[in-house]
Amino acid sequence: MSLNSAELDAIYLTLTLASVTTILLLILGTPLAWWLSRRRGTVPAAIEAIVALPLILPPTVLGFYLLLLFAPQSALGHFWQQLTGTQLAFSFSALVIGSVIYSLPFVVQPLQTAFQRIPQGLLEAAATLGARPLDQFRSVVLPLSRRSFLTAASLGFAHTVGEFGVVLMIGGNIPGETQVLSIALFDYVESLRFDEAHRLAGALIVFSLALLFLLYRSNGQTGWRMRA
Amino acid sequence: MSGLVLSINYTADQHFSLKLDCELPARGITAVYGPSGSGKSTLLDCIAGLRAGESGSVVKLGSTLWQGPNHLVPAWNREVGYVFQDARLFPHLNVLGNLRYALTRSQQRDTISLDQVITSLELNELLQHTTDTLSAGQKQRVAIARALLSSPALLLLDEPLANLDHAASQQCLRGLQQLSKELQLPMLYVSHDIEEVAQLADYLLLLEQGRLVEQGSLLELCSRLDTRLSREERAAAIITASVKQHDIDFDLTELDVEGHSLFVNRLSHSLGQQRRMRIPARDISICRSRPSDTSILNILPVTIDEMEHSDGARILLRLCLGSQYLLARITRKSAMELELQVGDKVFAQIKSVALLIEASDAA
Repeated sequence: MSLNSAELDAIYLTLTLASVTTILLLILGTPLAWWLSRRRGTVPAAIEAIVALPLILPPTVLGFYLLLLFAPQSALGHFWQQLTGTQLAFSFSALVIGSVIYSLPFVVQPLQTAFQRIPQGLLEAAATLGARPLDQFRSVVLPLSRRSFLTAASLGFAHTVGEFGVVLMIGGNIPGETQVLSIALFDYVESLRFDEAHRLAGALIVFSLALLFLLYRSNGQTGWRMRA
Repeated sequence: MSGLVLSINYTADQHFSLKLDCELPARGITAVYGPSGSGKSTLLDCIAGLRAGESGSVVKLGSTLWQGPNHLVPAWNREVGYVFQDARLFPHLNVLGNLRYALTRSQQRDTISLDQVITSLELNELLQHTTDTLSAGQKQRVAIARALLSSPALLLLDEPLANLDHAASQQCLRGLQQLSKELQLPMLYVSHDIEEVAQLADYLLLLEQGRLVEQGSLLELCSRLDTRLSREERAAAIITASVKQHDIDFDLTELDVEGHSLFVNRLSHSLGQQRRMRIPARDISICRSRPSDTSILNILPVTIDEMEHSDGARILLRLCLGSQYLLARITRKSAMELELQVGDKVFAQIKSVALLIEASDAA
């Protein structure tokens, strides 16, 4: 049982998409999670709700609005076309943007929980010892929430790999460009090629199981909650 | 060098605000004393820059302005060491890691070396330990060491001994006193334990409900009748005495206080050394004539300097012994029967004398 070149393309594309998305999520999600963890009030609560929205919304809803946003007629789509000369909708870049939004809560929430558990007193102590805010973050917050970064990155990655609805809406199904694993699988099923479908589906199950197993094992008994 | 100038106006909420103006000596140990909720910790936070007082607040040490009009130095740029009540050691670093954290970020005044701190606070055995394996006393010693290694110009201590047992707190106190002398580092020491204050402090700041009630030298404030200190059950005067001789037969040491003898359990100190003693007011009784048939060893001739006017069962007397003062709490009935008057020469029978460890020289 070996994978054909279209399938290998889909796997490669999926892993690339998940990696790029995860890196972007860590870069964007960390300051956002930090900000949310230190604030109380209406504005942070509203932002928190928006971040959590992909958890409950059908992915197609998100995909539908993103598609409208990415269309060449829209301001963003038009701007993108001016800037890059290519269309945003049905492109790899569109997939990345969609995935970042869709997987945001999976990265922000574990980080926010971890940050909230770091006592303000430790940061005050660091400040009196001469640590500036960025230094406090690097020398106290980061090492104390290392496990949660691992959790956040794994969940963000895995969730992007498993994404379907958003990708279908905004990416279409262009082999080598936007055809990710879940879409390729959908294709097989639609054309009743169940043997190939089994191969891909089985590979996804094994991959996801392995990732989650490694994650839970590294976090010991505590599930994906980190220990302070 | 001028002292620590504070003019703080800080409002936490509608229930609590801290308003105080004072100038403190920037040397020795100043105790900030008051009941809980009086604003002691808030005061330290304002000095350290963890809370910013309202505009118009001033925090200035010597010629260094930390807060003034349109001027606010952030906590990380203030040369302040802060020892918190709960130690606040970094759990992801071991003891040595915690010390290094401070050392690498210090402004390099080279006032103290790692070895010196480790020795004074007896940390040699602990360096590789993780912080969660330490006892409360060990944690606090590490916290003190860490604060010192940031080379502060002022050390703030917020009830560092509150959670410690007696032995551990005595060990910490010894370390602090030794360091205060060696480093000439001014310290602000928050406490609600008058005995701790008496052991350590040279200068005293009394706070109540966010307001400064009194400030002055420890010896002066402790011997006054009109402060909060004298109203405490454990009110006590503090006197200084020098070691006169050791009585090996009876296992006692004779101290000289203003030309009179005071006996205490035998000390190991050499002759002539100055010691600070604490004599609780409730442990002194008054006689008109020198009693001869009593088991009490310490009887000092004193003059009644001041008498508290009170309708309660007991009143407080201030007794003059040379240039020093004792306090005595007796019943009002006794005072009436003995017809005690200010200026009377009487005898003070002292039931107990608490020797304060390693007294720093009297302020």
